[in-house]
Amino acid sequence: MSVDTDRTRTTATAAAAPLPVAPEESAAPVPLLEVEGLRVSFAGKEVVKGISFTAHAGRCLAIVGESGSGKSVTARTLVGLTGPGAEVEADRLELGPHDLTTLGERQWRRIRGKQVGFVLQDALVSLDQLRKVGHEVAEPLAVHGIGDRRSRAARAIELLRAVGVPEPEVRAAQRPYELSGGLRQRALIASAIALDPPLVIADEPTTALDVTVGAQVLDLLAASKARGTSIILISHDLAVVARLADDVAVMQGGVLVEHGPVEQILRAPQHPYTQALLDAVPSEHTRGTRLVRPADGEEKPARTRRPVDRGRPLIEARHLVKAFRGPDGKDREVVRDVSFEVFGGETLGIVGESGSGKTTTARIALALTAPTSGEVLLRGEPWSGLSPRQRRPERSRIGVVYQDPLSSFDPRWSVARILADALSRGPNPPGNGREARARSRALLEQVGLGAEHLNAAPLRLSGGQRQRVAIARALAPEPDLIVCDEPVSALDVSVQAQVLDLLTDLQDELGVTYLFISHDLGVIHHMCDRILVMKDGEVVESGTADEVFERPRHPYTRQLLTALPRLEVAR
Amino acid sequence: MTTLAPALRVPAARLTGLRARPGTVLALGFVVLVVVAAVAPGVLTDRSPTAIDFGNALAAPSWSHPFGTDEVGRDLLTRVIHGSRLSLGIGLGATALAMSIAIVLGFTAALAGGIIDTAITRVLEVAFAFPALLLALLLIAIFGPSATTQVFAVGIGSAPGYARMVRGQVLNVRQAGYVEAAAALGHGRWTVLRRHLFPNAMRPLVAVVTLGVGQSIVWASSLAFLGLGIAPPNPEWGALLDAGRLYITTSWWLEILPGLVIVLFAISVTTLGRTLQRRLEGASR
Repeated sequence: MSVDTDRTRTTATAAAAPLPVAPEESAAPVPLLEVEGLRVSFAGKEVVKGISFTAHAGRCLAIVGESGSGKSVTARTLVGLTGPGAEVEADRLELGPHDLTTLGERQWRRIRGKQVGFVLQDALVSLDQLRKVGHEVAEPLAVHGIGDRRSRAARAIELLRAVGVPEPEVRAAQRPYELSGGLRQRALIASAIALDPPLVIADEPTTALDVTVGAQVLDLLAASKARGTSIILISHDLAVVARLADDVAVMQGGVLVEHGPVEQILRAPQHPYTQALLDAVPSEHTRGTRLVRPADGEEKPARTRRPVDRGRPLIEARHLVKAFRGPDGKDREVVRDVSFEVFGGETLGIVGESGSGKTTTARIALALTAPTSGEVLLRGEPWSGLSPRQRRPERSRIGVVYQDPLSSFDPRWSVARILADALSRGPNPPGNGREARARSRALLEQVGLGAEHLNAAPLRLSGGQRQRVAIARALAPEPDLIVCDEPVSALDVSVQAQVLDLLTDLQDELGVTYLFISHDLGVIHHMCDRILVMKDGEVVESGTADEVFERPRHPYTRQLLTALPRLEVAR
Repeated sequence: MTTLAPALRVPAARLTGLRARPGTVLALGFVVLVVVAAVAPGVLTDRSPTAIDFGNALAAPSWSHPFGTDEVGRDLLTRVIHGSRLSLGIGLGATALAMSIAIVLGFTAALAGGIIDTAITRVLEVAFAFPALLLALLLIAIFGPSATTQVFAVGIGSAPGYARMVRGQVLNVRQAGYVEAAAALGHGRWTVLRRHLFPNAMRPLVAVVTLGVGQSIVWASSLAFLGLGIAPPNPEWGALLDAGRLYITTSWWLEILPGLVIVLFAISVTTLGRTLQRRLEGASR
């Protein structure tokens, strides 16, 4: 056995390594993890280009960056899971007494779980679907040969309780797919801290979770940190970072462009990339302005809104109810008595967590699903009540932008064909192919894409470009209303900022009306004039954005707002 | 829900197709050869497949008769070349018939849903369980042995398998975002079916169909070998096997060489089908 044998036999909860004591504010503490000149390359392409950082007991270091920055590769390297074909080099890579550069797979297995815990973004793929949650949680104990079957089962339940899983005895006997996303993520954290490792690496631990659940997960990690665990948090979300981190390292293109205490990075960022990242975060502060600072400008330009027509609502939903028959034969109402109106030129936001019924409401507005009762009126005329045949010619009056644009494009179609098809549905369809191409080019220009993308397949475009094409398609038939269903949720924060700016610019230019669905309160506050807060199929609160966000009346709204990680920066 | 990260979609390894694999080139070459033989047998041989030469009966393969001759002195290679038209025709015809039945049943089941879906699925399951050879025998017993009967026997026999695949594909593609997006743009049901559902559901099946042609030829040959194919003296690969059966102990070439051609053709078509499948899968992600 390894040198750790004597300690493993004491108790399962004992910290396994000779830990440096939690740092006193004054003395320079001994770092737990020291990384110097870490380089990782895949097939000759360097993705991590010589980065250095340290992690200390009882502190959280956040590595912040966008997709492709190399942050996740860094995280995986620290647990010896860089992946096949990876070349890892480092001047120094030490975890306590262990030199991580020299470890073979066998030795890594002794380190993982005991010295380093690892929490991944997607708990559904990280947990074995066929094994009981209790076994998965106790896995590190089993791997390290601690306790017997019975004591491990008891410890698993204890751990699940410690991470706030209700009814841990029941949950331990279930399989991962029977648990909600939040519970799965907690089970994963329970497994990561099962041996109380001195270092926990959390790669986007809250990204797949609803705000309130994400907040609980962050609290859990914070509690772990308070007990002396060192945490390395990998995240693209600066607000999450602000809530947990003590130190922040900003990563871009495989290098750390800025590194320092969290207050300094968030309040007085030095590097332009960090500044741009912070600027890009939508919130109440960014309302009414663009998110992307112009290259030369000091200030972000304010929007020039067109007046909202408060006469007759453009679209009006009256007492919508949608029920689905469950597997038990009982009807389950996913939308309950939802009413709203959207006026021409404004943005109505629907915010809620998963399962709140917001997407179903959007689908009813689009008449892609019929309400069980209630009705939708378009310009005062029946809409949901029309027969499919009557509705078809009118459909072009409502456009839609989905969260995942790629799946909303026929994989065989080029951008030109997608746009020509959408144009043909408008009130004045192009007469010939040449006109269609010319107008498609104009549409692309309107959404900030060059004509060279006309013949591209959407598959070859980046996520932001795809969403621009999706917006161009929605605009093509000159709709009165565009339903945006989580349009920026799959995008990096800087790309999200560009797309949100595009949406607001289009509204200022063309007077488009948006029904904007999102789970992200910051995005909603930035974008919307009026807001509906949905929970369990019901509208629990509605009002102007400022009313709802500043004087929330419903306890659920308050809970959401408390849970929301914020960038409390005086900027 | 998590969506597939763009990094997981494999755009490379697509056009590595034909040139890189010598096996694929050989397979393509052989298939082209057979197609030429079927379309214009005169290009490959100037002999007649029915020219009898009793003085040269059951001659072993030689330079003048590379495949040898049969019991009445007909050149076997010429007969194989001239037989490819019928064999290929039966293979293509049977696959086309199978696919047509499969498309009708698969699309109807998937789009109608409910009782119709259940009914069609049950019928397909029963047909699946029914031995294909028995079905073929039944048809031949009713209509008599002929190329047309072979096409129907093989075609109907392999239809249920394809129908299940088609149904699955349609159910899958119907969920796709672009189908909903097209509906949201106000396209009618038939337009969506024609422009999106049909091509996208059928695309992965193109490769399966190619594989099916090879299988059908093997199938039809087995029927012919059992004496259930077309009547002599028409050359057809399976019929050649049947005719050579009597002399198998003395004149091996009558069985081995036509059999080899059938096997090579089936392997070639399968190789091409697999290549096609890989490329289509790469492109459809």
